[in-house]
Amino acid sequence: MNTQISKITGLIVLTMALLIGCGKSSDSEKDSTDSEEEKQELTDFEMTNGIGPVDEEITIEEIDTELAKEGMRVFDMKCGACHKLDKRYVGPPLGGVMNARTPAYVMNMILNPEEMLKKHPVAKSVGSEYPTRMTNQQLTREKARAVVEYLAQESQ
Amino acid sequence: MNKLLKKSLLWPLAAVAAIGFLSVGCSSNGEFGSSSDAAEKVYVAPGEHDEFYGFFSGGYNGQLGVYGLPSGRHIYTIPVFSQTPTNGYGYSEETKSMLQTTDGFVPWGDAHHPELSQTDGETDGRWVFMNENNTPRVARVGLDEFKTQEIIEIPNSAGNHASSFVTPNTEYVSAATRFSIPMDEKNMENMDVSIDSYKENFKGTISFIKVSDKGKMNIDFQIMMPGFNYDLSHAGKGPSHGWSFFTSYNSEEANTMLEINASRNDKDYIAAINWEKAAEYAKQGKGKMMPGKHYRNYIDHEEGGVAKSEVIEKVRVLDPRKLEGIVYFLPTPKSPHGVDVDPTGQYIAAGGKLSTVIPVHSFAKMEEAIENKDFEGKEQGIPVLNYDSILHGEVENPGLGPLHTEFDGKGYAYTTAFISSEIVKWDIETAEVVDRIDVYYSPGHLMIPGGDSQNPDGKYLVALNKITKDRYLPTGPEMFHSAQLIDISGDKMKLLLDFPTEGEPHYAQAITADKVKERQKRFYEIDDNNHPRATKSEKEARVERDGNEVHVYMTTIRSHFAPDNIEGIKVGDEVYFHVTNLEQDWDVPHGFAVKGANTSELLIMPGETLTLKWEPKKPGVVPFYCTDFCSALHQEMQGYVRVSPENSDTPISYGTGE
Ligand SMILES: [Cu+2]
Repeated sequence: MNTQISKITGLIVLTMALLIGCGKSSDSEKDSTDSEEEKQELTDFEMTNGIGPVDEEITIEEIDTELAKEGMRVFDMKCGACHKLDKRYVGPPLGGVMNARTPAYVMNMILNPEEMLKKHPVAKSVGSEYPTRMTNQQLTREKARAVVEYLAQESQ
Repeated sequence: MNKLLKKSLLWPLAAVAAIGFLSVGCSSNGEFGSSSDAAEKVYVAPGEHDEFYGFFSGGYNGQLGVYGLPSGRHIYTIPVFSQTPTNGYGYSEETKSMLQTTDGFVPWGDAHHPELSQTDGETDGRWVFMNENNTPRVARVGLDEFKTQEIIEIPNSAGNHASSFVTPNTEYVSAATRFSIPMDEKNMENMDVSIDSYKENFKGTISFIKVSDKGKMNIDFQIMMPGFNYDLSHAGKGPSHGWSFFTSYNSEEANTMLEINASRNDKDYIAAINWEKAAEYAKQGKGKMMPGKHYRNYIDHEEGGVAKSEVIEKVRVLDPRKLEGIVYFLPTPKSPHGVDVDPTGQYIAAGGKLSTVIPVHSFAKMEEAIENKDFEGKEQGIPVLNYDSILHGEVENPGLGPLHTEFDGKGYAYTTAFISSEIVKWDIETAEVVDRIDVYYSPGHLMIPGGDSQNPDGKYLVALNKITKDRYLPTGPEMFHSAQLIDISGDKMKLLLDFPTEGEPHYAQAITADKVKERQKRFYEIDDNNHPRATKSEKEARVERDGNEVHVYMTTIRSHFAPDNIEGIKVGDEVYFHVTNLEQDWDVPHGFAVKGANTSELLIMPGETLTLKWEPKKPGVVPFYCTDFCSALHQEMQGYVRVSPENSDTPISYGTGE
């Protein structure tokens, strides 16, 4: 009986070791190829406008002040605990963000932060400067659009 | 060995099954409980979901345990009748009113029978109701949040055991007294009388709680009953829709040494209640509005998530001696415990603890006997039907101490036998035993998913055993109760799995995961947070003094509090930390604990506001921190409050990151 049990234990240990082994190796393979492949997969549109639900260019010419007001309310509630306009906080300052990024890029960053931080080279590089990762605050597309209007107003 | 290894890699499941098989074979119990494919049948691969949610009452822990089936994995515990340190339920300012009663704040409860809401006689996944035995209460748990949303107290009752069973469309939840008490018939008041005046003064009540579409509970009527002990219940369905059945024991009306004195009569009764007729009487204003002070406590997220209590002074009481046709007694052998109605609604099975048979009454025969006034007499003014006239059959040789029965929807019933530690399967039509299986040990209730509804999922059965002894590693004099999963898909029952359960599950119910899973709330939208002291942005975070009350309006997000430095608090202050979690991400609560608090921590769900009351007793600087490991920088999620002596003039000041 004893030898039988030790054989079985051995079998379990070996089986587990091998299964875990397999899982790990396939994971790390994926990790090492991820960045290379996905950088190449980004289209020119995605490089400029980010990856996510916003797949068309958005232009802001004249600020819609009503929309910007709603944007400020949403920003304070969903973004303001981590982003200030004028200084580095949990995340980067956003007072001039619309001078550096397109509206679609910022919207995709709000609506799809997980994928942006994983795949977009610009988001990845900014993200690497901050210890806390940006979270998804579940904004609707309309709310994200309003936030962008507010940030555009603040970037003027 | 190599050959074996290769095989096991190709079929890991088979290997697990084989290991399960062999290790069971070696168990010291000697019994060969499990079949070789048992492991495969209960195996849920990592990342996969169970087929069923099982809801197990926690008995004397007052909670509701959630287990996955068939794996037996414990997935959650929902706080219901007891204060819970895990998330501050019953401690926080928002939830403590949930435990308010006419006896004041009652921080503990004895939870017995969870019951899933039903639509058209089928479990629908909206709510689970559960009774509290000691301080008579019924709770409603919302399966969108897995939170207790309402608790209603049952007045004119002592020991709310025969509860909380639902009618086929959740029209009503029923509740009946386990202990009768002396009740003045004029004002329903408990009386200061000699205990041995039992026969003269003691009464019971059966209550019907109406449930609205949104779940709101109110006691529509109570029925005044003879002073027996009412034990369990189930509602009729199909042809018996409109009726509910309640077991009673102690028809001897003994008040001492019940184990002898309440076992004298050959038969006690099942009370058949025509609730549809009673509801009509109630609607017509029949019966009497009587004193019946009770609390209704509820918590509604749309209304701010702060529990509210209302006190209701009166309740309608119906007297079955005056209102004809609402109560009949069905004589039933020897202190019946469970009463269970089969899925077709035609048969009513009782578990007579001390009986040598399981009596099965026929609803059609019962109706006929009522029609023909085929009574063997009256008991305190209530007609008693003739046993032989209403009997469908008696199941012979059902094991010792039959207690509870559930159904598989394929014509079979399954009854627990407590004393002989077995489950007995019998054919409902022929009343003949067709199979039996040993369980370990002494089963109370048993459960089949949907097993008391019109549409059971007759795949698994769970035996809820009362005695565990040698089933797991010993843990001192007490061990967790043992549940056992049994495969009932074939002709022969097969034992698949043992799993320990918390507290003492009495009854349990289960539902297919699909009916529940898709309706889960993942976070509360912060924009819709209507809490009167919510802080919806870090900008609004602040500290306000109002006399010796200090209100801290605090926000959390990974991984900081705002404010995280607070000064100007003084010894003797009542400090309220109103903490709003600004996260909007699934499963990212933050915790809040402050040194010296006399309650528990808070666990604040994304988008939610909760309040901890703190009364600092000593000057100094006191840390607070997040108790929930929320991010890589969780350990940085902390802050300080400076507490100055009572007569100091340190001004209120606060900030984060300055
Ligand atoms: Cu935290």
